[in-house]
Amino acid sequence: MIGFRTLLYKELLRFWKVSFQTIAAPVLTALLYMLVFSHVLESRVEVFPGVSYGAFLIPGLAMMSLLQNAFANTSSSLVQSKVTGNIVFILLPPLSHAEFYWAYVIAAMVRGMLVGAGVFLVTLVTVSVPFPNLLWALAFAMLGGGILGALGLIAGIWADKFDQMAAFQNFVVMPLTFLSGVFYSIHTLPPFWQAVSHLNPIFYMIDGFRYAFFGASDRSPWMSLAIVTGCFTALSFASLQMIRRGYKLRH
Amino acid sequence: MVPAISVRSLSKRYGSLQALDGVDLQVEQGEFFALLGPNGAGKTTLISVLAGLARPDAGDVRVMGHDVVRDYRSARRALGVVPQELVFDPFFTVRETLRIQSGYFGLRHNDAWIDEIIDRLDLRSKAHANMRALSGGMKRRVLVAQALVHKPPVIILDEPTAGVDVELRQGLWEFVGSLNAAGHTIVLTTHYLEEAETLCGRVAMLKQGRVVALDTTRNLLADVSGLQLQMRLEPDRLPAQFEGRARRDAEGAWVMALGRHAEIADVAVALRAEGVEVKDLRVREPDLEEAFVRIMGRR
Ligand SMILES: Nc1ncnc2c1ncn2[C@@H]1O[C@H](COP(=O)(O)OP(=O)(O)OP(=O)(O)O)[C@@H](O)[C@H]1O
Ligand SMILES: [Mg+2]
Repeated sequence: MIGFRTLLYKELLRFWKVSFQTIAAPVLTALLYMLVFSHVLESRVEVFPGVSYGAFLIPGLAMMSLLQNAFANTSSSLVQSKVTGNIVFILLPPLSHAEFYWAYVIAAMVRGMLVGAGVFLVTLVTVSVPFPNLLWALAFAMLGGGILGALGLIAGIWADKFDQMAAFQNFVVMPLTFLSGVFYSIHTLPPFWQAVSHLNPIFYMIDGFRYAFFGASDRSPWMSLAIVTGCFTALSFASLQMIRRGYKLRH
Repeated sequence: MVPAISVRSLSKRYGSLQALDGVDLQVEQGEFFALLGPNGAGKTTLISVLAGLARPDAGDVRVMGHDVVRDYRSARRALGVVPQELVFDPFFTVRETLRIQSGYFGLRHNDAWIDEIIDRLDLRSKAHANMRALSGGMKRRVLVAQALVHKPPVIILDEPTAGVDVELRQGLWEFVGSLNAAGHTIVLTTHYLEEAETLCGRVAMLKQGRVVALDTTRNLLADVSGLQLQMRLEPDRLPAQFEGRARRDAEGAWVMALGRHAEIADVAVALRAEGVEVKDLRVREPDLEEAFVRIMGRR
């Protein structure tokens, strides 16, 4: 347990020491999206009856930032440790596979939730949003952060270099997060793209998270919850398997 | 008593390269043991397998009786490794680094011991400095300290003195010597063979992934020829009675094996009788380097 707590503490300290970059910067980015998109689209789009576009956008943006930063935390930490070689300090001690996994993933969840909360708070300055149902909101925030944290862990273990990492981020994570209904309801899409969106697990995280605010969603929140929980379980299993085998970590 | 390290029929390949090829090796508790070999011989690979950083393809590898694969947590708890590469985490200070490393080993209130290692490795003035701000030798000291936070019974140092000044080298060996005296098993690799010769009771030599010599330092030294006399003469002519015993070395000096130091006087007398002047004369004691060169040259 002490090993797990220490690794978690180290991972938290790692991003906290550079929180300007790891928390403040993504919050600012989200605020810019908010100002630009809500200004341009405010009068044209009404997704849910009685919900302004700006209000609709806030939970999605908060969730998107949460997810991207959860991914960034595990993946950049691991790639950095591998490239500089200081990953040996974690590989030499008697940490169990589960301790390794949960320390990284929980740190990613924490960073994601801090960024998400930050985005939520600063964007509130521009539009008001109903107070969310905390249970639903936390469930989706934690599971979403966990999924992207685990995905970042897998990518970080797989990548040998920063550019491989960047490719994963730019060609997998960014498209999935952008095409998940953050900026629109997928009901406004043609049927084909709607069907494609339903294959994107991030869609369910955003949709479920939004349900916590508006009580309305594209899909049943229970179904979203089931899908998201399933994804997290599968990714956790895959990650633990990689760690157990020492894939790309122990030669 | 279980051996500190036990390696049986260990093989490890990287792609098509056989890095370790049927290595058998046993190090008893309390030994001061040297692992020698040219670059690429497989020393670091062997250490990596012991530490769980590399996975063996075949063989049985144990640290203090714990299998490094099946019982990896006990094996790692028993082992402290100073890696060959100079690695560090730039996010932390020296003390933070050591505290965190203690935590990974499940130790919480370890500051008394951390203070002691900091003092013994002369890191006191840098304890609150960021790792990034340390010189190479200082970083090496922190690596040594990190390997010791959990007081491991078995300590492996992979070229700890590469790029390290004389003072630290002496201080380090004194510290490691005291750990050995206190019962810790020490294994080191080094390319400075005189270090291994003075410190280590037993030596293994690796070549292309195989153990080519495994013996006490004393026996290895006994196997190489005794004293050697190296001379430059003017005129460059050796008295006839020595001609069969001497040869020329690479620089053109005469080299002659001697049985005893007293024979030097006989040579000097014979040279004077012939009117040959000695321009330069050196006596070389047998050393591990010579044993090493010979063993590596075989086959
Ligand atoms: N991760 C790796 N992938 C591929 N080949 C490797 C890897 N690690 C080591 N090797 C190869 O295995 C062989 C043994 O390397 P090793 O590092 O064990 O040698 P060494 O005895 O420690 O040498 P040195 O004295 O230079 O440190 C070398 O040929 C090396 O190129
Ligand atoms: Mg080496």
